[in-house]
Amino acid sequence: MSAPGRTESLRDAYGQTLVELGAADPNLVVLDADLSGSTRTSLFGQRFPDRFFNVGVMEPTMMAIAAGLALGGRTVFASSFSVFAAGQAYNAVRQSIAYNRANVKIVATHGGLLVGADGGTHQMVEDLGLMRGLPGMTVIVPADAPTTRAAVRAVAARDGPAFVRLTRENLPVVTDGTFEVGKAPELRPGSDLTIVAVGALVARALEVADDLATVGLSVRVLDFASVKPFDEPALLRAARETGAILVLEEHSVLTGVGALVASTTSENVPVPVRRVGVPDVFGESGDPWALLDRYGMSKERIRNEAWELLRARGKVQ
Amino acid sequence: MAEEASAELIASLRARAREVRQETIRAIYVAGSGHPGGSLSVADLLTALLFHELRSGPADAPNPDRDRLVLSKGHAAPALYAALAVHGEIPRSELLTLRQLGSRLQGHVDRTTLPYVEASTGGLGQGIGMAVGMALDARLAHRPSRVYAVLSDGECQAGPTWEALMAGGHYRLSNLVVLLDRNGLETDGPTEAILGIEPIAEKLRAFRYHTLEIDGHDFGQILAALADARRFADGPTAIVARTVKGKGVSFMEGQPSWHGRAPNRAEAEKALAELGAPGEVPPR
Repeated sequence: MSAPGRTESLRDAYGQTLVELGAADPNLVVLDADLSGSTRTSLFGQRFPDRFFNVGVMEPTMMAIAAGLALGGRTVFASSFSVFAAGQAYNAVRQSIAYNRANVKIVATHGGLLVGADGGTHQMVEDLGLMRGLPGMTVIVPADAPTTRAAVRAVAARDGPAFVRLTRENLPVVTDGTFEVGKAPELRPGSDLTIVAVGALVARALEVADDLATVGLSVRVLDFASVKPFDEPALLRAARETGAILVLEEHSVLTGVGALVASTTSENVPVPVRRVGVPDVFGESGDPWALLDRYGMSKERIRNEAWELLRARGKVQ
Repeated sequence: MAEEASAELIASLRARAREVRQETIRAIYVAGSGHPGGSLSVADLLTALLFHELRSGPADAPNPDRDRLVLSKGHAAPALYAALAVHGEIPRSELLTLRQLGSRLQGHVDRTTLPYVEASTGGLGQGIGMAVGMALDARLAHRPSRVYAVLSDGECQAGPTWEALMAGGHYRLSNLVVLLDRNGLETDGPTEAILGIEPIAEKLRAFRYHTLEIDGHDFGQILAALADARRFADGPTAIVARTVKGKGVSFMEGQPSWHGRAPNRAEAEKALAELGAPGEVPPR
């Protein structure tokens, strides 16, 4: 199953936005670790070769160098695949960037299972847990290209470290590109159930919500692009007003947004929460969209989980 | 070698370094923990940098043109704090707050608590990377800043150290000077017994560093090497400074056990007596 509707590349959106930001800010510099074609930082590198450093395959030290550049007052972007940016480089991100409060924006492409054919080594499903655990780190997961453009601009304008997770696959355009750090846009209003969706799964959340609407069910959809800081008021309002929450994320259910939503609601507005995401396993090679189905994020599974919550609320038989 | 440092300058630096060592022992004694061995071995290098080489250093923090000192071996924090205190940036009395709750003087140097620290370090192999970033930044901005990264020898076992060194060589950062505190010992014993880093000078040369080998306790050699590095315009300089771990305190010298433990009162008294400050042990 492929993604429906008009799709666009988040990576292209990132690369193009970087060029625009670089034209406006002569102090902005960009680093990459030998994946600049894939991450699209090469677009910046072609336009501003003096401010582009392809440091080779050294992700931890790329992060330390980025921090050193940032401490002089620059805005610095550093990119790689998420498994390297968040995983390989974790302690450099922790100490050189987060602990130093360095103004570095890590834009990690190839997050999640949708990496596809490269397999489990490269499918990073723990990055959001690692990054949102770092004090002071802003964590953003755009659902589509318009939000990617807005999010890259937003983190550039915001002082301090940030982590933006992008998807390798082109994704359907599901937002109007309205993005604000700390806000969860309501893409569908609803009162029977809320789906909190992250990144690539926002499109599936909308499909399921629209399907359920045809049988008279009212499902709210929140785009949880801003994972940290997250929109606690919108989340708790959803818990109060819709009584149940289904979380969809292409990430380990152990440490991702599902865990965040469950803990936040249970402390404040306890309602049933179900988590759809990657179980406690590594991925494998395969067609990206087939992998989502295989690892428990199929539309059918999402609909079933939604149905269970609606049944628990007495909305369906 | 070029010009020789004057005897007066060297005598003055020796006196300052002795004060730095005294303050280091006092601070670690009161803290009850810390890293005396590697602090004492690097004390002369830090003294030379702070009191002579840095044209506009940590006291001039808002000045973007200042030179940067990055203590990649962040566990030598007490020596840096002591040098800053002797140099006048922080009160000497504050040294006795080392490692205590609420102190600016964290166990490993922290730029967010103490503005004279250029980069927070502690996990090894990262300060050198940050120093490379700072040197790139200065070159890009056409600023005259020079960046001095002080490394431990155990740190040379860490892969990211070599990643960063490779980048410094690749970018021909002539405003970068790497000072290696080659005291020969790490936490568990001699570097060469645990994971040998020799031939370290040849390795640094192979990584495109103008590499100098000196006695890291001889101020004449330290100043000459720093002057040589300043003249060298074709790339970064590495100074392999052969040092003695625990230098200046006889019972700490060359003893791995003094890598990471504090002296008790009797040991502190003995150490301070050897360092020319008998009877000056603060209460703890």
